[in-house]
Amino acid sequence: MASRPRTLYEKIWDAHVVETRDDGTALIYIDRHLVHEVTSPQAFEALRIAGRGVRRPELTLAVPDHNLPTTARVDAAGKPVPIADVESAAQLAALEVNAPAFGIRYIPATAKEQGIVHVVGPEQGFSLPGTTIVCGDSHTACHGGLGALAFGIGTSEVEHVLATQTLLLQQSKPMEVRVEGDLGPGVSAKDLILHIIGTIGAAGGSGYVIEYRGRVFERMTIEERLTVCNMSIEAGARAGLIAPDDVTFAYLKGRPMAPKGAEWDAAVAYWRSLHSDEGAVFAKSVTIDATTVEPSVTWGTSPEDVVAIGGRVPFPEDFADESKRVAAQKSLDYMGLVPGTPMTEVPIENVFIGSCTNSRIEDLRAAAAILKGRRKADNVRWAIVVPGSGLVKAQAEEEGLDRVFIDAGFEWREPGCSACLGMNPDKVPPGERCASTSNRNFVGRQGPGARTHLVSPAMAAAAAVTGRLADVRALV
Amino acid sequence: MEPLTRVEGRAIPLGLKNVDTDIIIPAKWLKTISREGLGRGAFEALRAEPGNVIDDPAYAGATLLIAGDNFGCGSSREHAAWALGDMGIRVVIAPSFSDIFSGNAVKNGILPVVLPQEAVDRLLDIAREGLAISVDLEAQTVTTPYQDRFTFTLDPFRRDCLLNGLDEVGLTMARGEAIGGFEASRTAAQPWLMRGTAAA
Repeated sequence: MASRPRTLYEKIWDAHVVETRDDGTALIYIDRHLVHEVTSPQAFEALRIAGRGVRRPELTLAVPDHNLPTTARVDAAGKPVPIADVESAAQLAALEVNAPAFGIRYIPATAKEQGIVHVVGPEQGFSLPGTTIVCGDSHTACHGGLGALAFGIGTSEVEHVLATQTLLLQQSKPMEVRVEGDLGPGVSAKDLILHIIGTIGAAGGSGYVIEYRGRVFERMTIEERLTVCNMSIEAGARAGLIAPDDVTFAYLKGRPMAPKGAEWDAAVAYWRSLHSDEGAVFAKSVTIDATTVEPSVTWGTSPEDVVAIGGRVPFPEDFADESKRVAAQKSLDYMGLVPGTPMTEVPIENVFIGSCTNSRIEDLRAAAAILKGRRKADNVRWAIVVPGSGLVKAQAEEEGLDRVFIDAGFEWREPGCSACLGMNPDKVPPGERCASTSNRNFVGRQGPGARTHLVSPAMAAAAAVTGRLADVRALV
Repeated sequence: MEPLTRVEGRAIPLGLKNVDTDIIIPAKWLKTISREGLGRGAFEALRAEPGNVIDDPAYAGATLLIAGDNFGCGSSREHAAWALGDMGIRVVIAPSFSDIFSGNAVKNGILPVVLPQEAVDRLLDIAREGLAISVDLEAQTVTTPYQDRFTFTLDPFRRDCLLNGLDEVGLTMARGEAIGGFEASRTAAQPWLMRGTAAA
């Protein structure tokens, strides 16, 4: 009997159903689990209280990232520098104890492999196509760039995965975001995903898993695909996917935790079957014309508040829907913006290049290409680069990118989540603006009262040089 | 987890759309290794505004919260559910919720009720009068002193967990044999999938 054509999401889902309950909930096997210090302590504590162990410790990888200061981790004598914030130190210490106590591989803060979980997973070959990947972090969607079904979970689910290596889930609906044509010069993967979120809205993918389809994605590098899938959650979709292909296999081959030898060949043969079948039905489909995408920035406090860099701060009364008008007015008050102002006239005091969205080597190269031979504007008070991992940092230093950033007036930091969410000391001061390569422009996200404008790495560099939001294409 | 069958009480008429989990509980409160006491940090930025709805004495002791579309979007932090629970909230009513938040809520004995925008608008008006709203999970209804009656649905598994205060981890651990069978066939067919960190 010929089987019904299936989407990529449905294929991965079907391959992970342990059993289906009468009420329609499925017990789904989890292949890979990433753990960091913020969303795991209560899960480990619950296991301890209930006397439960970890079912498959080798399928979980722990690495600290959210709380870590990005200043030097060891002193001149090579001794670890203590963390000043008592609560952060306690949370980091808890992971350092919990992971080995439950038999889980732990990458310490001082290791060169340390970094943001979503940078480390692909880099180590822990994240693989066709696998289910979870983490107590909503940007787990990132790993969909490798063709994995990857999504964020809460701490109770972290505990559930540790104890059972499964989750009880309701199947989402498959959604297609099809992008036709090619991106113009100077338009990046980040601009495209911002444009997509601006088009479908912050709840446009709610209840769905998005598959990104079209030539644009096939031509992207893995790092670009990771950037796109990373922000699926900002459109409300729990996960985003791009079908794995030769680009994916070339990226993964030889990575420490990727399959080797005959197993590699078998894995690739299986991965080649992971694409949506001809005739597969998507519950929702959106088409975007790539040629209309410009370098993009956000003006408000939701990632859906996107405008092309050539555009202006919107007038709240121009929104059709009443709740959006109210929200826009609140956003503009918080952001201190006047409707009708050209975006290129918005001054910037801070620049942050980093986060799980844009802290990989290609991101740093893109920013450095703009900064080379230039300096940040005088009104840019604080500019930092936080590489996604120690390996990214080492690679950048080998290429001399650290010198380019430092010469341009940037601080060159140690890896971590940093000013994306300001859990560590890296924060944007109240009332100041930040051109940020991160993923969320929420109220208070980068620090209480901080005003975030989401941009690509090249656009962040352009903002640093001009001292305002700027079209990077004028600087190439 | 405390079972939830029926909740009656005043409701905080928040009403905003896209209330993200950074708004519900800012990052600085996530440094805890406990689930307790997060109500103090709930809606911190909003509460800094004079005359805000959260601290309005008219809604003191509220057990319900009414919000706009896409409530709980953003970060997966379960601290958002813990913070709401610590504030005494047992039910959140909105036109839609983020997938992750609604799952976290149920696992902490908080019921997410999805109702159409018109119904939510009506309930916001009633909440602003300081009147009690009643939610019955058995009957899946929301009722008001004005005899409004709205019905909602919740997936049967989540409903069962809430009504009976079930421990999901315990339920799944009882299926250990089925999980073991799945793992065995996996190890035979695709051994690389089961190696994980041991591959390095």
